[in-house]
Amino acid sequence: MIDNQDFNNVALKDTPFYKAQERVVLRNCGVIDPESIEEYIAMDGYAALGKVLTQMTPDDVIKCVSDSGLRGRGGGGFPTGRKWSLCAPVQAPQKYVVCNADEGDPGAFMDRSVLEGDPHCVIEGMAICGYAIGATKGFVYVRAEYPIAVKRLQIAIDKAREMGLLGKNIFGSGFDFDMEIRLGAGAFVCGEETALMTSIEGKRGEPRPRPPYPAIKGLYGCPTTENNVETFANVAQIILRGAEWFASKGTEKSKGTKVFALGGKIKNTGLVEIPMGTTLREIIENIGGGIPNGKKFKAAQTGGPSGGCIPAEKMDVPIDYDNLTAIGAMMGSGGLIVMDEDNCMVDIAKFFLGFTVDESCGKCTPCRVGTRRMLEILEKITAGNGEMSDLEELEKLAEYIKANSLCGLGQTAPNPVLSTIKNFREEYIAHIVDKKCPAGVCKNLLRYVIDPEKCKSCGMCKRACPADAISGERGVPYSIDPEKCVKCGACYATCKFGAISKQ
Amino acid sequence: MDTLNIKINGRDYTVPTGLTVLEACRYAGVEIPTLCYLKDINEIGACRLCLTEVKGARGMVAACVYPVDRDGMEIVTNSTKIQEARKTNLKLLLSNHDKKCLSCVRSGRCELQKLCNDYGVDTVDAYKGAMNQYEIDDSAPHMIRDNNKCILCRRCVAVCEKNQSVAVLGANERGFNTHIGCAFDQDLWEVPCVACGQCTAVCPTGALYERDETDKVWAALEDPTKHVVVNPAPSIRATLGECFGMPIGTNVKGKLVAALHRLGFDGVYDTDVGADLTILEEANEFIERVQNGGKLPIITSCSPGWIKFCEHNFPDFLDNLSTCKSPQQMFGAVVKTWYAEKNGLDPKDIVVVSIMPCTAKKFERSRDGQSAAGVPDVDVALTTRELARMIERAGIDFVNLADEEFDAPLGITTGAAAIFGATGGVMEAALRTAVETLTGKELESVDFKEVRGTQGIKEATYNVAGLEVKAAVASGLANARELLNRIRRGEANYHIVEIMACPGGCVNGGGQPIQPANVRNFTDLKAIRAKALYEEDANLPLRKSHDSPVIKVLYDEYFGKPGSHKAHEVLHTHYQPRETYGKDR
Repeated sequence: MIDNQDFNNVALKDTPFYKAQERVVLRNCGVIDPESIEEYIAMDGYAALGKVLTQMTPDDVIKCVSDSGLRGRGGGGFPTGRKWSLCAPVQAPQKYVVCNADEGDPGAFMDRSVLEGDPHCVIEGMAICGYAIGATKGFVYVRAEYPIAVKRLQIAIDKAREMGLLGKNIFGSGFDFDMEIRLGAGAFVCGEETALMTSIEGKRGEPRPRPPYPAIKGLYGCPTTENNVETFANVAQIILRGAEWFASKGTEKSKGTKVFALGGKIKNTGLVEIPMGTTLREIIENIGGGIPNGKKFKAAQTGGPSGGCIPAEKMDVPIDYDNLTAIGAMMGSGGLIVMDEDNCMVDIAKFFLGFTVDESCGKCTPCRVGTRRMLEILEKITAGNGEMSDLEELEKLAEYIKANSLCGLGQTAPNPVLSTIKNFREEYIAHIVDKKCPAGVCKNLLRYVIDPEKCKSCGMCKRACPADAISGERGVPYSIDPEKCVKCGACYATCKFGAISKQ
Repeated sequence: MDTLNIKINGRDYTVPTGLTVLEACRYAGVEIPTLCYLKDINEIGACRLCLTEVKGARGMVAACVYPVDRDGMEIVTNSTKIQEARKTNLKLLLSNHDKKCLSCVRSGRCELQKLCNDYGVDTVDAYKGAMNQYEIDDSAPHMIRDNNKCILCRRCVAVCEKNQSVAVLGANERGFNTHIGCAFDQDLWEVPCVACGQCTAVCPTGALYERDETDKVWAALEDPTKHVVVNPAPSIRATLGECFGMPIGTNVKGKLVAALHRLGFDGVYDTDVGADLTILEEANEFIERVQNGGKLPIITSCSPGWIKFCEHNFPDFLDNLSTCKSPQQMFGAVVKTWYAEKNGLDPKDIVVVSIMPCTAKKFERSRDGQSAAGVPDVDVALTTRELARMIERAGIDFVNLADEEFDAPLGITTGAAAIFGATGGVMEAALRTAVETLTGKELESVDFKEVRGTQGIKEATYNVAGLEVKAAVASGLANARELLNRIRRGEANYHIVEIMACPGGCVNGGGQPIQPANVRNFTDLKAIRAKALYEEDANLPLRKSHDSPVIKVLYDEYFGKPGSHKAHEVLHTHYQPRETYGKDR
């Protein structure tokens, strides 16, 4: 067996960005030709499936995955082995394995990279799952906005089928397993497992109540196990290297590695795969190379629109499922957006909530109407019309929606609001009471002012102003008429003397 | 184990297994409010009003879908936390609802209004914010869709798709902009809606309602140049009482007639005469087809929702349809021909008002081939609900009215006609006449019990004069679709088939009194209402259509015999194929 871990590290050792990373899921990405099944096989590809089918019982497989401590990488963190063990004993003529590749968090592209760079590892993981739970058919639900991923995955499926690694009687073991791709139209809610299955069935992608859980009654009413791309991508390695190997990485309750899509106000952006338990500080300062332009770190948002923000004082908390939940954020699927002092936290909350308001399926009342009402309150606050009672109402509504929505989308939609209120309450109060946006983001709450001391009367700002709001003449400092100013920032960007400031 | 011991609000109960929290609480006499839940067809947990606390469960659970699956389960249905959540829910719903309760057709019978009242939520308590504004869809002849009142419970979507397999309603767009509509937001009458009106009968608010045509009737009643006759359908007597708080299944025939007299109609007649006439024509048509190798099975044509459904979805069965007009149309046609001649009236001066369990009757009366005297056979088709509004508006104390009799001559009817209002009734009535005609002998028993009952599809075989007559009865269009597909695939064949668009037949028609979901979910409305009709049948002196003296007069004086040229001119019609989604509808 080639230890490709070492192979990777040799190749990437000298790059600071990769130095602190540990690549299990992404081990083959960028290393092998994703359209070549031979290259995947050369990297021990399908060895785990062979081992499973020839040497292990389904119970052995489930035990191995359970012992590894692998938890769902889609965000919820449900123990994968337990999920499989719920579906395995259910007797049914047809069962399904579903791979959730409906990656929808803004800025996240972990699943996409795996599907584009190493599609076979997902196929292999699904086939192993199929064997473990007794399913003969799999579906990969992937968004149509990922054309390269779809193309490469289809090539991979076709090649695996040609080689007899999918289809009837795989490895002569009597086990049949095949799979199909289903394209999603890009609705965020279809990442919710029941909505995803409803969508595969050709219906409007909407969640349905649980119980019954998919393990009992899932796709087409049949017992179904659904896991995320990254979860499946771990499976073959766990089988090959053993549960102990996987369990040796990470924290007590969160094992293995996690891929994050690092973005925002950070020098090095991109995918980073780190062992669970790495601190945010490690990711931001070492791997990410810190905040650009000498700005100060303010917070990081994990879990995308379902998650929450981690403030600077929590930077040294080891990242795992439970710690993130405890500090009001969540693991999510791996979006990690870094914010600096120029980010307004009320505006950030408004951005993420606006996303879920747009992406709500509209089925249940709390999410359909409630999130919209929350957004309206946030708009009122950022427009400078907020009252302290709005903050109370916002929190009350947020708790109501969180507790009473039908699915995970609604249940987590208020998180960005709640976590910013919890960690940055003073910013909300500044917007409401002082009518100021401390970060200078909320247009209605800021004024552009020309400092007469610094103004050289060059007239550049006047020429840049689209609203004819600036007046002045040679020799006299210019000034901005706040009534006419549209707060576009053109003057601010134009002034070479730093005479214009946001207040 | 067949039972479970559970606690509801601190009290011990033993309940059967297999119930949801909602059902278990109902079993224990505790009502949990719901808006979206319709038993069996809309168990979607969407409105989130039925939230209850179950010890050990994460957060609150939707009672309508959460199973009672363990001994010792502890359920709380009314804590202040739950009440607070329900209030918040209602405030959210109201915040995107037009709240024009004063003029709303459902005011006083609106499920949202009642819940707001129960929970002390007023219109001013609604969250402030944007409201969606929708154009009212009044494209269809039978109903109005006002999305400004819609709370997105999706009951209409469920009945349309699951009970009727028509599926022209669904959710469009998403999030806050989600609204119920037809594909691509086409108008209702641009899509293959069959006008059954089942959606209007399950809507909790005033978002879906029958097109109100009572003004036309008030105007006609006041016009001295018009001779206005009214005829209520067989099922109306079994349901109208519900609009006045009477128990479900009360036969109010006498009060109905009395109320119609008080409204000032010039003739208060019975659609049952049309039903008896339908039987004579249809039994004759059936016998002719059997004897002359005509198209079989013959399929009944009384239900206009079914007819339109057939035209859209099963055009290959149009030749199977009986060419008989429906009882409403036969009645109107007789009034505008025979009755007009007999009374020296110009058909143009006669206004025929029918009281129907059905919204599709509003469409049927405007179809081609429904104008025997050159003017429409029927001028206004009111639903049961519209008649109730007229009675209310006229200040008639309905419950305390003394019984009165229908006017002669078009008021003498048979038990065969009475049971038209229940699924299987037309079949039974037709068999009573067909068997006696074919055998030439009087039936020992007129009861054909195999075709009674509320099952969606019923089959029976009768030996009639040596012929094994295979009969099938379907009600609810999803059942009709299933039955016709079986016939299409050659898996079944019949001589005679009865189809009613609405599940259970006319007693459960789209124009019938609206019962709130908490009644509808736990009461077999169609069975209880049907019982009143079968009792009426059993107690009538005449139980076979061909025994009706009125029918005899009509044939002696006017039509000659069933299937005659005259009968065809006046009492029969034709059908047309319609596309499902296309221009030619």
